[in-house]
Amino acid sequence: MSFISKLKETLLCLKAGRVTLPYPMQAKPVPKRFRGRPIFDINKCIGCAGCANNCPAREILVEDPCQELRIIKYIGRRCTYCGRCADVCPEGAITMSQEYENGTNDIHDIGQDLRIFMGTCQRCGRCFKGVGPLDELMMKGYRFDDLKKDNWVYKSKAYLDTEPVVRDVEIELD
Amino acid sequence: MLRELCKKILPRSLWVYHANSGGCNGCDIEVLNVLTPYYDAERFGIKLVGSPRHADVMLCQGPASRTTARALKRAYDAMPAPKLVFAIGSCACGGGIWYDTYNIIGPVEKVIPVNYYIPGCPPRPEAILFGVAVALGLVDKKTAPVKFKQLELPIAEYHPEDLVEKDGMVVYSKMEHV
Repeated sequence: MSFISKLKETLLCLKAGRVTLPYPMQAKPVPKRFRGRPIFDINKCIGCAGCANNCPAREILVEDPCQELRIIKYIGRRCTYCGRCADVCPEGAITMSQEYENGTNDIHDIGQDLRIFMGTCQRCGRCFKGVGPLDELMMKGYRFDDLKKDNWVYKSKAYLDTEPVVRDVEIELD
Repeated sequence: MLRELCKKILPRSLWVYHANSGGCNGCDIEVLNVLTPYYDAERFGIKLVGSPRHADVMLCQGPASRTTARALKRAYDAMPAPKLVFAIGSCACGGGIWYDTYNIIGPVEKVIPVNYYIPGCPPRPEAILFGVAVALGLVDKKTAPVKFKQLELPIAEYHPEDLVEKDGMVVYSKMEHV
């Protein structure tokens, strides 16, 4: 008796139709203005580090090894795809692409590294050096994040210390 | 084509345990979406189980916080080998925007070893399915690290062969001015 009722149920469900999306077989289009992974364009970037200032997850790190070179590193681990970097970029060098298929076995696959030549940049005032360390700190062009440990450096006299200020919390696990 | 896909997928069905260690539940809802009939994951053999002792894969969501780190480690230890861990969402992959707050130790991989990462905030259900497909070896991954360079300057980073030892220090021998 219960077998027949199950058959009836099956027939009823078959009549209703299938609602499953054929996702892996067919690509599913995303809505307009969907924010996927940000893509950096090296040809347009002027190295102002506005994206690094604005990122809420502190995902974009900036280091100035010398006056002519600036390294801007986007580590993709904590990125929430909010789009603030693309919003703030004055040259439009960052576009939020429509890629959402970012699964990977190595998280360093998502990173992007830009090395930018800082010539006579109008916007960030790097064409001349200040007279002393205090003047250089007040200029907008100098940042010293720790690229090897992927850390923002919070203190401004970072060029004197070699350790990052924020340390990892240690906890004992059974 | 469907038959090929079935042959590849059906012998490898995964039983999944979902562990949320302090997240906002956004990725939770997306994982639940994957298991509903709309983006059906059960057709691939992926079944949600209630205990880590029955599971092959642990789906971690949310960053590891101070209070839940112990529980997460115990759930991982309770899973029988061979086991996989997927970190879903930006919080599990790298700590999310909460990486430096008072209660969060960091990403999930500070507590347990992670095999696959699926970033996003929250990742779309299709992205989660894609990540699982990459783990099963059905598709190739679509991301690779990218490095751009505008100019090569005479500094030690680009020419490590010019670094010499002098008086117990390592010095870049071609530097003319600092």
